[in-house]
Formats: sequence, structure tokens, C-alpha cells
Amino acid sequence: MEQDWIWGLVGGLMIGLGAAIYLLVNGRIMGASGILGGLVDGSGRDSTSERFAFLAGLVAIPPLLVPLYQVVDTKVTSNIAVLVIAGLLVGIGTRIANGCTSGHGVCGISRFSLRGITATVFYLIGGGLALIVGRHLLGVI
Amino acid sequence: MRNFFAFLSGGLFGAGLLVAGMVDTRKVQGWLDVFGEWDPTLAFVLAGAVGVMMIAWAFAKRRAQTLIGLPMPEAPPKLVDRNLVFGSLMFGVGWGLAGLCPGPALGSLSFGGWQGWLFVLAMGMGMAIAPMFKEQLARLDTAPEDG
Repeated sequence: MEQDWIWGLVGGLMIGLGAAIYLLVNGRIMGASGILGGLVDGSGRDSTSERFAFLAGLVAIPPLLVPLYQVVDTKVTSNIAVLVIAGLLVGIGTRIANGCTSGHGVCGISRFSLRGITATVFYLIGGGLALIVGRHLLGVI
Repeated sequence: MRNFFAFLSGGLFGAGLLVAGMVDTRKVQGWLDVFGEWDPTLAFVLAGAVGVMMIAWAFAKRRAQTLIGLPMPEAPPKLVDRNLVFGSLMFGVGWGLAGLCPGPALGSLSFGGWQGWLFVLAMGMGMAIAPMFKEQLARLDTAPEDG
């Protein structure tokens, strides 16, 4: 538990490096919701293969590291209603706001973007509210 | 070339999320749960990633093209509008409920069980119907005021 923050920092540096490559080589802003969303609604037709390549790396590389760990468990809820409602909210919300934790958070804050910082403040508020209501009041998560 | 680096970028992103423990939904919810057993790990993840990207942006500003000669991204819009605030709030609530945001949800598909797939399926459906919601929000501006 004491080492969690070190691994958090190491992982964060890796995430930053991934975003830096996407910016400095591909000339694009690394946002997971935007990359997937552009494929889902067809708005990213001009860069389909690049998007698929990014998503392929994102899905295929983590399992290669799993054997290094004793247990890898997302510990995600099995409550179907919570999963579906949460997924819909994340899908709709990130597309309306044009970004998620990676695009607005990592890539936006680092260039001191007012939009990125504002988005981050509001999704943190939303997340905090979800925990207060979902965990402490209703006890469903 | 372009696709290779996109794959590499996605791979580093996913590997970083795993190493950082951000595929663990309890850690993410622990960060958001200020009234519970608060877990600060996510702050270190964000600090690391933002730190690297600050250097990358500084580098990008001094170049007209990327390292393989592609155009740098256009300056994104500066406007803080209702869509940004409203969409981010919605996203945040979903993020808190499941402990998953789009990156970790995709990165953990191979080991996250049926729950991860169901979440990503719902997220994809949400993305597909999001343009409708956007239209509704835009209509609020053009609707004639009554009273």
C-alpha cells in the first residue's frame, strides 16, 4: 500500500510518454473517448486506421504485463444496472464534453487549457457526488 | 509508420494504466470517495502524466511539424460552454459509479471479465447516441423564449 504512489507515478510517466508520442509523432491529442468515439459515430472517418491501431495497443499490451503480477483484478461491480447506467453516462458525457480523463485531464491540464481544467473540476465533482450518493446514501457501489 | 506509433502510444497508455493500478476500480473510487478511506494514488498518476506532457507541449510549440512530418494539432477551442460542464458532470457520475473511465475500461478488457465488456458496450452505445443529446442541448439555445 505504501508503494502504491510510486507505481502510480511510474505508470503516470508511462501514460504521459504515450500521450507525448501521439502528439509529437502523430500530431494528435491522446484522448481515449475521442479516439473510440470518432469510430463509433463516424466522425473520425479520415483517421480510422490510426484510431484502430491506438485501440489495438491499448487493449493488447496490458495483458502482456499481467503475468508480472500475482493478481490483477479490476474489482468492478457485478451489478448489471450500475454497469449499464455508468457506461451510458460515460459514453454520452465524454462525447458531449469532447473528452475524458486522458484528453481533458492529461493533455488539457498540461497545456494549461481552461477547457481541460474546467472539465476536470466538473468530472471530479460528478465522481465525488456519485460516491456520496451511490456508496454512502444508497450503498449500491 | 503512423499506425505503428499509434499502436505504441496506445500500448504505453494501457501499460501505464495497469502499472499505476488505475485498472483497479476500487482505487479510482477510493480517490473520489472523500468521505471514505481516501486513496491519493490517482493524484500521483495524473502528476506523472501531466509532467511529461508539459515538456511535450513545450517541444511541440517550437515545431511546425511532428517528428515524421505530420501537421501539429490545430489549437483546440477555448470556449467553456454548457456542453463542457454538463457533459463532464455526466461523465464524472458514470466514472464514480463504476470506477471506470474510457482508457482503463478498454485497457482492462482482456482480464476484466464480462463486467468490463458490458460497461464498454454501454459506453459505446452512449457514444453512438450522444449526438442526439448534443442536438437537444443546442436546441435549448434556439428555442423561442415563452413568457
